[in-house]
Amino acid sequence: MLPAASVTPTMCSKYGSIACFSDPPYLLMRLTVNGSSREYTGDPNQPLLWFLRDELGMTGTKFGCGVSACGACTVHVDGAPVTSCVTTMGTLEGRTVLTIEGLDANGQHAVQRAWTEQNVPQCGYCQSGQIMAAAALLKAKPQPTEQDIDNAMTGIICRCGTYPRIREAIRRAAGLPTTAAER
Amino acid sequence: MTPSKTPWLRRDPRIADADTPKAASSGLDRREFLTRMAASGLVLAISASGIGCVADMAASGSFEPSVFLRIGEDGIVTVIVHRSEMGQGVRTGLAMAMADELEADWSMVRIEQAIGDAKYGDQNTDGSTSIRNGGWMTFRQAGAAARAMLQQAAADEWKVPVGEVQGTNGEVVHAASNLRASYGSLVKRASKLAVPKDAPLKKPEQYRYIGKTVASLDLQSMVTGTAKYAQDLSMPGMRIAVIARPPVYGAKVKSVDSAAAKQVKGVERVIEVPSAPVPSGMMPLGGVAIVATSTWAAIEARKKLVIEWTESPNDSHDSAAYRTELEGSVRAAGNVVRDLGDAASAVAGATRKVTAEYYVPHLAHVPMEPPAAMANFANSACEVWACTQDPQTAQGVVAGMVGIDKSKVTVNVTFLGGAFGRKSKPDFIAEAAFLSKEMKTPVKVVWTREDDIQNGFPHTISMQRLEAGLDAKGKIVGMVHRIASPPIGSTFGPDQEYHSEGELGLGVLDMPFAIPNVRVEVCKAPPHSRIGWYRSVSNIPHAFALGCFMDELAQAAGKDPVQFLIESLGGDRVIDMTATGAKKPVENYGAKWEDHPNDTARHRRVLEMVAKESGWGTALPAGEGRGVAVHRSFLTYVAAVVRVKVASDGTISVPRVDIAMDCGYAAHPDRVRSQCEGAVIMSLSNAMLSELTFARGRVVQSNLNDYRVLRMAGAPKDIRVHLVDAVGPIGGVGEPGVPPVAPAFANAVFAARRTRVRSLPAERA
Repeated sequence: MLPAASVTPTMCSKYGSIACFSDPPYLLMRLTVNGSSREYTGDPNQPLLWFLRDELGMTGTKFGCGVSACGACTVHVDGAPVTSCVTTMGTLEGRTVLTIEGLDANGQHAVQRAWTEQNVPQCGYCQSGQIMAAAALLKAKPQPTEQDIDNAMTGIICRCGTYPRIREAIRRAAGLPTTAAER
Repeated sequence: MTPSKTPWLRRDPRIADADTPKAASSGLDRREFLTRMAASGLVLAISASGIGCVADMAASGSFEPSVFLRIGEDGIVTVIVHRSEMGQGVRTGLAMAMADELEADWSMVRIEQAIGDAKYGDQNTDGSTSIRNGGWMTFRQAGAAARAMLQQAAADEWKVPVGEVQGTNGEVVHAASNLRASYGSLVKRASKLAVPKDAPLKKPEQYRYIGKTVASLDLQSMVTGTAKYAQDLSMPGMRIAVIARPPVYGAKVKSVDSAAAKQVKGVERVIEVPSAPVPSGMMPLGGVAIVATSTWAAIEARKKLVIEWTESPNDSHDSAAYRTELEGSVRAAGNVVRDLGDAASAVAGATRKVTAEYYVPHLAHVPMEPPAAMANFANSACEVWACTQDPQTAQGVVAGMVGIDKSKVTVNVTFLGGAFGRKSKPDFIAEAAFLSKEMKTPVKVVWTREDDIQNGFPHTISMQRLEAGLDAKGKIVGMVHRIASPPIGSTFGPDQEYHSEGELGLGVLDMPFAIPNVRVEVCKAPPHSRIGWYRSVSNIPHAFALGCFMDELAQAAGKDPVQFLIESLGGDRVIDMTATGAKKPVENYGAKWEDHPNDTARHRRVLEMVAKESGWGTALPAGEGRGVAVHRSFLTYVAAVVRVKVASDGTISVPRVDIAMDCGYAAHPDRVRSQCEGAVIMSLSNAMLSELTFARGRVVQSNLNDYRVLRMAGAPKDIRVHLVDAVGPIGGVGEPGVPPVAPAFANAVFAARRTRVRSLPAERA
């Protein structure tokens, strides 16, 4: 059997990738990930996170808690931010998934540019989730209030404590005046 | 300076091997330069305390005037960084130091992460050492030597005096004739030259990158999701493992029924991992591993294991009862470790007497990336890839686990998704190595968040009792400080129930206040879990207790807290650390006191700076208050003013924090600032929310829903970092921002609501 992490997506569907997911009543379904059509065969209860990371090799979406408590795994499903660690594959038939790899591979999305200008990341691990949450926020509310920022971002924990810079970067990406601190 | 930190701060003394080159531990500022010839051409080696240095064009096809530097004919400057990147910015920081002295063109600079190898000297990324003694001078010297060689090569080629040419921004220039040559074009000739012994270093005003804001070289990979952390690793044939570890420290597998787990498709094997005897040091806790073809299959199958664990002496450990035990411990006399004058009599005879007890619970590191490691054991050798703070220690622990020589273990270091001390313990790497050997395939061990919280190396728990007397003028005449806190040494050796001298050097024995009579006693605190070091280590409880107690004394003296702190410093002076009454020499973070003295003027300066910048003393709305604290740690001085708001329902929020730091010299100011911002938030998490507790010997909390840390909405919206403009010996930066913030917070709560926070976290769930 082929190990999950080393097979290509095409081989995944051909071999079923993971033996346990090829038996009935497991499903065969289609979804779109970063603009490409993907097939999934397997346990409908498997979270999207592990499909992305183990089967598609898209490791930009991070594992932090597995229970939707930290937000490191935030991706967009049909444009809305979700925690992929608790979003099961069975809910994704025909849906469209966007991950950090699909936001802008060159880092030129307005949010990524603001992150770069503000020098936001420290260890960087939560930043995919932070950026995806911020991108969804600005799409829904191009001129977010401080409360909007709190509401949209408080689900994503940064243990390094980059929150002040994240806030500034969101304001910068939104074209709002950047506020605080002397730096 | 000599990194003579006590073993408990560094690594498991039981696995420290005797054959580590003496040079590697003998200090990075001692330089000796060796030159030798080799068959492949002139090979030059700089040995800077174990740092070999080879310029060997013929062998490598590039110019390698140091183990930390390689320049190709294409002009690409590769800086080999031997410390781990965990958010503190060391890769960019060390590259800046190197590139500046080299006069490299920053756009040509690349970073390569070093494997674990004694030739790099000390690679342990802890103790806030990576710039101050891990590479600041070494990297600058290597860059300066390389530039001198490139200049010599150009001068030789042009047949002009070397004094007339100048390496600048990636090329050597002869101004008089306007001749220019790129570094890449000079590599071949330069590599045949001897590495100069004492290439001159720049003066601060000549710096091109140092002291400036330079974009992190890892920024692009981090905002596009391409930066690789250990959790992200994969290789052909790799299996994924999760492990059910003993829930109580000291327990082992008694029996396991894995039938249901094996039914989960994708599961290949169920393997018992041996448990190291207690105290288990950095070795794995043992347990039962599920090895599968996917992470999901492994996690799901683990839920189906039915494991019976052996009994452990820690089965009855309970945090509430233990707190009572520690209270009893500090209410009786302990072992005296500092005795200056006659503290008991001074306090007894004082005009006013103040007594208070302070409690800081166990903390969990919870780096956003739970530990993970991939190992490939093959042909009696083991290669691992891991998010490790300390690849050389990992070499030793892995070697011990799989029974091979350390030289047969290769440790590759990935990005660390946060670490904070957790990832200096390589137990998770040894697990991967063991399972790879068993499976005869590459294996990645994935720790889940539950594993991280429940099977980690908690930060110590602490109960402290302080008693002091004030004279009629409000001056402190005597102080007795008792501490009960299980030592880190208990993770590595038996019968360790008292705070060690090393731990006491973290903010107790080096306390700066001019008090004529001081006694410090350590009281019994038996360990019931592994104890590990956590960002700023025992400075956390020590700064909390002393910082809060000084505020209580200011109140008792009827004085403004900032003024009281400054007065208590007793004027500007360098404290004679040999005359404190301490029973043993006081630790100074591996530095000599003469190089990094305990200087009250620097305490005063950060206090004055933070008071001024924070608007200390100006009026605040009702329900708000400011608190202050000052603390020296890791050779750096920090003062903080926290402003809190207490809502009518009692809810505490923190609208603003000002933090002033004197770290000697800020080599990369923007990263110093971001480290301070992060330290403020981590310290407020400690102060407001975080607590790891035990019941029936088991950790009660399981994930980030019940082990709480600050989130965006609860974090201060206004954090202002103020850096003292100084050019002096460099102190640490990653940790020293943490200690003073929690006491400043607690003091602010008192200012706002007139009742004290003496027990953390303030918002006990």
